[in-house]
Amino acid sequence: MKRSKRIEALDKRPVNLDGYIDEWPEMGFVAMSSPYDPKPSVRVEGGKIVELDGKQRDDFDFLDQFIADYAINIDRAEASMSVSSLDIARMIVDINVSRKEILDLISGITPAKMTEVMNQLNVVELMMGMQKIRARRTPGNQAHITNLKDDPVQIAADAAEGALRGFAEEETTMGVARYAPLSAMALLIGSQVGRPGVLTQCSAEEATELELGIRGLTTYAETLSVYGTEKVFIDGDDTPYSKAFLNSAYASRGLKVRFTSGSGSEVLMGSSEKKSMLYLECRCLFVTKGAGSQGIQNGSVSCIGVTGSVPAGIREVLAENLVAALLGLECASSNDQSFSNSDMRRTARTMLEFLPGTDFIFSGYAAEPNYDNMFAGSNFDAEDFDDYNVLQRDMQVDGGLKPVTEEEVIRVRNKAARAVQAVFRSLGLSPVTDEQVEAVTYAHGSKDTLPRDVTADLAAAEDVLKRGITGIDVVKALAETGFEDVASSVLNMLKQRVAGDYMQTAAILDRNFHVMSGVNTPNDYMGPGTGYRVDGERWEEIKNIPHRINPYDI
Amino acid sequence: MQISEDLIRQITSAVLDQMSHGDAGKSAGSAASIPSLAGRERINQEHTSYADYPRAKKGTDPKEVVIGVGAAFQKEIKKTICGIPLDDVLRNVKAGIEEEGMIPRVVKILDTSDVCFMALEAAKLSGSGIGIGIQSKGTTVIHQRDLYPLSNLELFPQAPLMTLETYRHIGQNAAKYVKGEQVVPIPCENDPMSRPRYQVKAAIMHIAETEQLDPEVGAVEWEG
Repeated sequence: MKRSKRIEALDKRPVNLDGYIDEWPEMGFVAMSSPYDPKPSVRVEGGKIVELDGKQRDDFDFLDQFIADYAINIDRAEASMSVSSLDIARMIVDINVSRKEILDLISGITPAKMTEVMNQLNVVELMMGMQKIRARRTPGNQAHITNLKDDPVQIAADAAEGALRGFAEEETTMGVARYAPLSAMALLIGSQVGRPGVLTQCSAEEATELELGIRGLTTYAETLSVYGTEKVFIDGDDTPYSKAFLNSAYASRGLKVRFTSGSGSEVLMGSSEKKSMLYLECRCLFVTKGAGSQGIQNGSVSCIGVTGSVPAGIREVLAENLVAALLGLECASSNDQSFSNSDMRRTARTMLEFLPGTDFIFSGYAAEPNYDNMFAGSNFDAEDFDDYNVLQRDMQVDGGLKPVTEEEVIRVRNKAARAVQAVFRSLGLSPVTDEQVEAVTYAHGSKDTLPRDVTADLAAAEDVLKRGITGIDVVKALAETGFEDVASSVLNMLKQRVAGDYMQTAAILDRNFHVMSGVNTPNDYMGPGTGYRVDGERWEEIKNIPHRINPYDI
Repeated sequence: MQISEDLIRQITSAVLDQMSHGDAGKSAGSAASIPSLAGRERINQEHTSYADYPRAKKGTDPKEVVIGVGAAFQKEIKKTICGIPLDDVLRNVKAGIEEEGMIPRVVKILDTSDVCFMALEAAKLSGSGIGIGIQSKGTTVIHQRDLYPLSNLELFPQAPLMTLETYRHIGQNAAKYVKGEQVVPIPCENDPMSRPRYQVKAAIMHIAETEQLDPEVGAVEWEG
């Protein structure tokens, strides 16, 4: 066939490098609604749910049972289920119906009913819902802080710059898992240099992650994964009960924690039971609520290549974020994984959470170039900072970040790198040279930094665990090496665990360590003139992008 | 409507091809012509039986490295996710092991398609306690028999970035673990655009592998 030059040009567009597939419900390749999804139903007998979404109690799998026993408000169940899905959907977008009324109503519905409600809403209505239902009044943002070399000095510098830019939470992970103690420590120090009050976590194997938390080297946890079918749960050696138990282990030490789920994982593991991605994700979210977690990271997350490949996949992603909010959970709404070769498509996908605002629009944003992102790439990275700031300014939307000056960036990066150098020296860990501090201060990514002595670092990491080094040792080391202000900030982060207020839904801390959560600063949106508005100081900050024309220069 | 098995194979390979290449010419014309797979519960209608194959035995040779390949390996699936022939993959891993003076043995794992569990099973069958798991899409793990399933010696999660050199290097490293040498792990690779391009194809290849499992049979001697 003689080729059309127009079609040839289109075929070469980046969007055509992405993977797409037709709906195939038998294999779970279906976003919002599968012909095999159950019909909503509930029956209560003697204060117990004996029928859930068409299944009798004897036929329940462990997810059904956990959901029936812990995730549904039994007193409300029959009344809530008698309201039509269309009516519930309309209430979600009705500015005259408050968030609280909706949450009360929703507390009595089942996963299949929730799926049906979401199917009534188009993307704009889902965004209206999110604007009203998100837990915290002010939206927030989270960063990924990682690098290919697992260089702790770079982690500290990127954490400091990320905190300066406005991220309320920062998450790290490693290429070589054994680096975890050093990564956690560097992130903790760097974050507090950039802006006091930023929360930090280190995504690692579950037992390691818990230990780092207990020692005060991290201040929250996120990687407690739940799945929508029994088979996938069992393959991961887990049950809803084991996750609830792990959740309690964190709570017992006063640590903030959220679960992780996201559509597409069951498809990827070949165990979708022919159900829609949305229905399975609803089951995950009900389990999360039943396990007593304050929040969730969801929105397909690392399986976005699967959900994004089917029709209405991106609508489904926003729907699952909204379901989390409707269950009263803090929602860290993904946008954290490379999703498309097309800049247009990846930006459009993020607008669905950016415009209404979520508790954390990204979970997280790569605050380093994507080649350094050890979560296999995020949807936005450090090279998109200015684009993102301009989007906030264009639309007068608070995406959680702010423009910064080059001088400030250099100052905080340098201070963070020096603080890590001092702490490592004081604790007798692997050495950090002045040349490394210098390189990291001015670096964009790990291509600009010097090599680390990996063997010495790994020995030091092991030493941290063996010697039982804790957050308090970090505070002491900072205080004794001239970083009293950073020491005081890290100490204040540790105090949060005693107070426990930051375990409330959707909590973040301001620079004075005051908690802002869905409890003390709840979302009060009820239409125009209400809720969070970008104004005052914050608006001035957003307006202040670099590269503005100075009329005097013309 | 009756759909013949051949047609299904054609459809599947058309879908896979289109996704793997994003290849211009083909996708333009075939957009409307992909027949629906809705209603089908398998990718390959046929389930290969391994009942007649010799069951995999536990080795006794301390120089042995067992390679556990996926259920669809070299049978329903002949190439990795990025198109490397599985024959060549296996040849290179074995060559790597032999170059370090150790002895490869290949088994096919029919209990599980999870690469960590596959690799652990291979390690447990291995006379040295070191095993390698290779999924048909190319994802590979080096494991040791006394580690937790989800832990490992080395993991290569991004199959699209694998090359024959990497597979050879994996064989060499596995053999070095057997010899108790100090092993430098093969450096991590990271391509942020792997996911958008390959994740759906990975899901389909994983389903095609999983549907060939036969836990009753367990693991069989496959070659070597």
